[in-house]
Amino acid sequence: MAARSNILVCSGTGCLAGDSEKVAKNLELIIKARGYENEANVIKTGCFGFCEKGPIVKVEPDNVFYVSVSPKDAKDIVDEHIIKGRVVERLLYKEPVKNEIVSRQEEMPFYKKQLRVALRNCGLINPEDIYEYIAFGGYEALGKVLTSMTPEQVIDEIKKSGLRGRGGGGFPTGLKWEITRKQQGPEKFIICNADEGDPGAFMDRSILEGDPHSVIEAMAIGGYAIGANKGLIYIRAEYPLAIARLNIAIKQAKEHGLLGKNIFGTDFSFEIAIKFGAGAFVCGEETALINSCEGKRGEPNYKPPYPAEEGYWGHPTCVNNVETFANITQIILRGADWFSSIGTERSKGTKVFALAGKVKNVGLIEVPMGITLREIIFDIGGGIPGGHKFKAVQTGGPSGGVMTEKHLDVPIEYDSLLEIGSMMGSGGIIVMDERDNMVKIAKFYLEFSMDESCGRCTPCRIGTKRMYEILNKITSGKGTMADLDALKQLAYMVKDSSLCGLGQTAPNPVISTLKHFWDEYVAFIKDEDSPRGEGRYEAKNKFKPGLKV
Amino acid sequence: MSIKSMEELRKIRDEHKSKVSLRQTGDNSEEKIEILIGMATCGISSGARETLNAFIEEINNQGLENIKVITVGCIGYCHSEPTVQVNMPGQKPVLYGNVKKDKVPSIINSHIKGGQPLNELVLKVDFERA
Repeated sequence: MAARSNILVCSGTGCLAGDSEKVAKNLELIIKARGYENEANVIKTGCFGFCEKGPIVKVEPDNVFYVSVSPKDAKDIVDEHIIKGRVVERLLYKEPVKNEIVSRQEEMPFYKKQLRVALRNCGLINPEDIYEYIAFGGYEALGKVLTSMTPEQVIDEIKKSGLRGRGGGGFPTGLKWEITRKQQGPEKFIICNADEGDPGAFMDRSILEGDPHSVIEAMAIGGYAIGANKGLIYIRAEYPLAIARLNIAIKQAKEHGLLGKNIFGTDFSFEIAIKFGAGAFVCGEETALINSCEGKRGEPNYKPPYPAEEGYWGHPTCVNNVETFANITQIILRGADWFSSIGTERSKGTKVFALAGKVKNVGLIEVPMGITLREIIFDIGGGIPGGHKFKAVQTGGPSGGVMTEKHLDVPIEYDSLLEIGSMMGSGGIIVMDERDNMVKIAKFYLEFSMDESCGRCTPCRIGTKRMYEILNKITSGKGTMADLDALKQLAYMVKDSSLCGLGQTAPNPVISTLKHFWDEYVAFIKDEDSPRGEGRYEAKNKFKPGLKV
Repeated sequence: MSIKSMEELRKIRDEHKSKVSLRQTGDNSEEKIEILIGMATCGISSGARETLNAFIEEINNQGLENIKVITVGCIGYCHSEPTVQVNMPGQKPVLYGNVKKDKVPSIINSHIKGGQPLNELVLKVDFERA
């Protein structure tokens, strides 16, 4: 007997932390106890994105979306909804502005403006079941490419689509593939960069957890296009669930001949290995990543030679980001024209963002390029909680800059963000309200960059340290106006003379806050009433009178 | 098992389609035929669960697509349970009563596939739905 109901339980890391594993287990147990195991299936999916209200449970085909489900709610979902067809109203999402109950996902403000391409299967399929992926058209793009397209045609299609690297740099993917294809060499490599390091960003992790096959399939397509037979996934060891699901997916793909020798009966062979990173931020930079893959210290190299010329063990290598890969199969299946119809003139397609900070709906979103920050923060994000006022937003994590109220209506695309002193980055969006002190925010990000500086080049190693010291001096109330000048000068020096992207972008938070929130810096220096709490230097082991040592 | 051609891949896709057919994606969110089964206590005791499963099985056996079978609460016609409502896109809903599981194939064949409501089972609806 075929099932009449699918209960989708989010099993992304966020919801798992909210005990969704137990929710799924309880649902299964109760369904079995009631004798409905042939009629209702429990399916553990990837991330739905609405992490703010996790754990998420969705019942199909009724299309009912339950939020904040705890293990003890499983009984009501089975007894009321599955057995008696009555929706459990208390678990439905309540829209906070109009105070209306919304039962359908597509009617929720959080989902209304989203367009899911890279995340299309997240929250829809069981990532540990290759058949569910295939049932939604999985591996058809690979089959199409191998049986009916030449590598040049694949590259042309990707070039035509206008897809740009989603890791932050925004380099055209098709062009990268073409450059690597043109290199001569006995062996080439394609690497998936899953070293997601921005604080607060979890796009790549969610894609790998929710839809690992889409990345594997796209890597094989990329391998075919550039002439590589080996792929590497460089993933940080802190992502155990993503690693586990990738391993399952690779094993299943191998069993079905979708990885290995003579894929789809052609003479194309492709294998994928996983390399673990130890979590250094700089290893997201492609030359540092390649060094780390080779077992060397994770430090960047001078470019040129670019990895396309001399990469992994000196062979031509193409490094693409997880989200970039997640778009590939859809471009092949639906065509470059479809993809380039989404987005703006210079930035095509969609972008996944991790929305966090002082915003009501924290979570993972995917939106068409060209959407404004206002739409993301106030429509999808639901605005600022607690009646507070929006102050600034940071995109691009520690490499980006802050934007203020006046930037809210700038369309989000690679170039427009660079023009206003921030960057797309890999997709973290942190929202701040009027209670946040921007000098301390800049100091926080700079501290991150300083810690993560690999030390290879002087401007980054010493420059970020000196900048941090100046910021510390300012926030502890001992700064002078001359310090501000020195900070500014140093910031531009580090930006202009560092070796890799980490150092070149590390001063961005300082530069942008100096520009937009100059008065907050000055307040620390001139105004006695300025907030100074956490910035003041305090020794870790302070001597306390009367304490016996 | 190794997949060696597009045909083999498509075969696997079709075999597993039923596994995911209940789920809504961005692509298949267009209007569907809805079959609502009243699953209140009186409905269940009159055999609504068997009726429901008969619908699911018949739809799968015939390979019909674009139909959602949804369980709902009490419709209010306890004298004529099991009750089933059929919503065809753009048409007025039709409410059936006394739908035992053996009536299911005729509803599917005549109404769902043929567009002709099965008059002998239609209940007279004397209220307006919001």
